[in-house]
Amino acid sequence: MAWAAYSEHAFKARAAQDALENLYGANATTPSDQVKLIVPPIAENGARVDVEVETDLKADSIAILIEKNPAPLAVSVDLPEGTQAKFKTRCRMGETTNVTAVVQSGGKLYTATKEVKVTIGGCGG
Amino acid sequence: MSMRIRAKEQNGLVTVQSLIRHPMETGLRKDKDGNTIPEHWIQEVVVESAGKQVFAAALNTSVSKDPFLSFAFAGKKGDTLKMSWKDSAGETDSTEVTVS
Repeated sequence: MAWAAYSEHAFKARAAQDALENLYGANATTPSDQVKLIVPPIAENGARVDVEVETDLKADSIAILIEKNPAPLAVSVDLPEGTQAKFKTRCRMGETTNVTAVVQSGGKLYTATKEVKVTIGGCGG
Repeated sequence: MSMRIRAKEQNGLVTVQSLIRHPMETGLRKDKDGNTIPEHWIQEVVVESAGKQVFAAALNTSVSKDPFLSFAFAGKKGDTLKMSWKDSAGETDSTEVTVS
């Protein structure tokens, strides 16, 4: 099993911009309506919030940022040839926060952002 | 620790839904005596099917306890699918299923 080098710097970064810089070597992003981010507008329980990202762009990688979490980068996904640019997971959210889906396509970063209102935080408790 | 994986093929596309049993400790929680529970989380998940890597993810503690991951790739019924993970303590596990 070949493990990739875990991107410690990206995942420990306290700011979303730093996380992107450490992960992709660039942090310039362009909002795009070709990036679809599906999150509930209100999450009663921040411990498990469904987050789904989908795009029509030819994506090499997808990342999810949860802006107000202590370390915003939640997950990054590599998409080999033949794998769909569609990914779903469940994330913790400590408080009401913006969630950003980042799609790397042709060396550029495209984003979609939505706010999730969190009733009960999911990071500490 | 265990994994539950469902891999179903339709029209040449294999959709995977998986649940890995893991505490995904953030390092922010305290036990009932007030001691901090050390961080312990899955850092990497890799999936191979029919001898090829089809998915790789790097995770942080912001991913929920018992991580759920869903994705899809080009494949067919009867292919093997092997999901492996490695956590921050260096523990690893893997499970193999057959695409149905």
